Amino acid sequence: MTREVPPKSGLRAFVDKLKGGDEIAHLITLTAAAGIILITSLLVLELWRTSQLSRAKFGWMFFWTKVWDANFDNFGAAPFIYGTLVTSAVALAIAVPLGLASAIFLSELAPRRLSDIVSFLIDLLAAVPSVIYGLLGIFIVVPLMRTTLGPALKKVLGFTPLFAGPNYGVGFLTAGIVLAIMVVPFIISVSREVLLSVPREQREAALAMGATRWEATWQVVVPWARTGIMGSVFLALARALGETMAVTMVIGNNPQISASLFAPGYTIASVIANEFTEATGDLYLSALIELGLVLFLMTFILNGLARILIVATERGGGRPA
Amino acid sequence: MSEPRIMWRKAVNAVMLTLTGVAAFGVVCVLFLILGYLIFNGGHSLNLNFFTQLPKPVGETGGGMANAIVGSLKLLLLAALMGLPVGLLAGIYLAEFGGKTFSFIVRYTTDLLNGVPSIVIGIFAYALVVLPVKHFSALAGGVALGIMVIPITVRSTEEFLRGVPNSMREAAMALGASKWKTIVTVVLPAASGGILTGMLLALARVAGETAPLLFTAFGNRYWGQGWGQPIASLPVMIYTYAISPYDDWHRQAWAAGLVLLMLVLLSNLGARFILARSKAV
Repeated sequence: MTREVPPKSGLRAFVDKLKGGDEIAHLITLTAAAGIILITSLLVLELWRTSQLSRAKFGWMFFWTKVWDANFDNFGAAPFIYGTLVTSAVALAIAVPLGLASAIFLSELAPRRLSDIVSFLIDLLAAVPSVIYGLLGIFIVVPLMRTTLGPALKKVLGFTPLFAGPNYGVGFLTAGIVLAIMVVPFIISVSREVLLSVPREQREAALAMGATRWEATWQVVVPWARTGIMGSVFLALARALGETMAVTMVIGNNPQISASLFAPGYTIASVIANEFTEATGDLYLSALIELGLVLFLMTFILNGLARILIVATERGGGRPA
Repeated sequence: MSEPRIMWRKAVNAVMLTLTGVAAFGVVCVLFLILGYLIFNGGHSLNLNFFTQLPKPVGETGGGMANAIVGSLKLLLLAALMGLPVGLLAGIYLAEFGGKTFSFIVRYTTDLLNGVPSIVIGIFAYALVVLPVKHFSALAGGVALGIMVIPITVRSTEEFLRGVPNSMREAAMALGASKWKTIVTVVLPAASGGILTGMLLALARVAGETAPLLFTAFGNRYWGQGWGQPIASLPVMIYTYAISPYDDWHRQAWAAGLVLLMLVLLSNLGARFILARSKAV
């Protein structure tokens, strides 16, 4: 009988500790936190492991090969990387001026109440699911591009290679426009926060020197906040690169590299979305997963940069130009 | 400075400031345009059938998306069960227990995970859940969405826990409460409004996700056969219907889009409401 005492007291000690609880609570929450690190590492590991076949076969040539041919097991990422970069570039070219202007209005001009309401509406815009942007893209933006916007652009800018060639409605430009609408809320909400964190004295000093409201904003406030604004742009870029559904629905899904923005293209995310369930061979699937790995690395680097820039501005403020 | 120069500067000032206002107004208009188009195109297709019937076979008109609505709810339930507890606990760790270096790593990883494109999360869930059993399943979709829920929940939980004044923790501890008791009975209730809001927003965000479901939950034109089988969801249904060549399917895609958007916008509004109320108390 006495022999059974030690394990009992061990159990009791355990229960006592549980009742005291702090260590247990610490341990449980720590496990959850460590779980996040585990999940993320596992994600990288799985992408790396399952793309093994493709990496071994194509090596670095994967990035330069323009062919994507499932019948002959020949896969290259070039058209997809090109499409991803071009659509994102178009999106930023539209979203950055629009977003920055809106953020300036919200932080510098609008009364606080109006600014808060508008910011709330813009947050709602950010919450709209991407498949709904795609739906509107297919049925509203694509016809608009085919009948009105495209021909108009062609008339004015048709002499440049960017706007040459046939216009089908779907293509890089349409995808870029839809992406722009999707990422603009991110640029606005982050830039607005950064602009609001610029010290009041900066504005007052500029105005006291006789600068107009716009000059004070553009030559003093914006330069002060520029690192943070850059951060918001990187954040938006990371989102644009990884955006899948809306782009898949309007880009035309054709793996080609074309200088014309009217041409149909393909992005990394859309080819994964379209072909993943149909990928028959192991190599095919592996190549698609390697594309996923490439996409992951692109967004990983951009997000890291964005984070650093935003933290840097909010801590110390950028150096005035 | 000469007179025309000042006139010029004033003109630039007026024009640029007006343009910023126009830009902000334009962006807000987009939201109402989206709403308007969906109500206009989807509103008249919404009827009882949409909510109660299964999709009809190709070629027949009518039918509904009852299975997709239930499927989406099931996937959200799975995502909530898997993602919310981990997110909540990790958030508590960061706000209440965390040291310096490890917390920094956890925070950084959380941000990293938050930035991973949803389609890549889909690949991960595919490799983790679908590959071993060789078929698509509701479970795999739930895992994908659950992973996406975690980072959003962590950050909002931490933020709102940090908003609880330290004097409350000190008061509880001064009365002899242990740390975990303080957290459970004092800190968490004080921050509950904010934490709930964060959770609701996290679920609202993944409710509209399509990409990670394409090759995990896949899709199903009938009622699902349980958690281990493919399951329909509203976003995937919208996608397949929108890219199909059938007019009747387009009509239903609009209706489904309207339902999904309303679901997402209402939960966003609801979250704000909870937050405003908990702040007022």
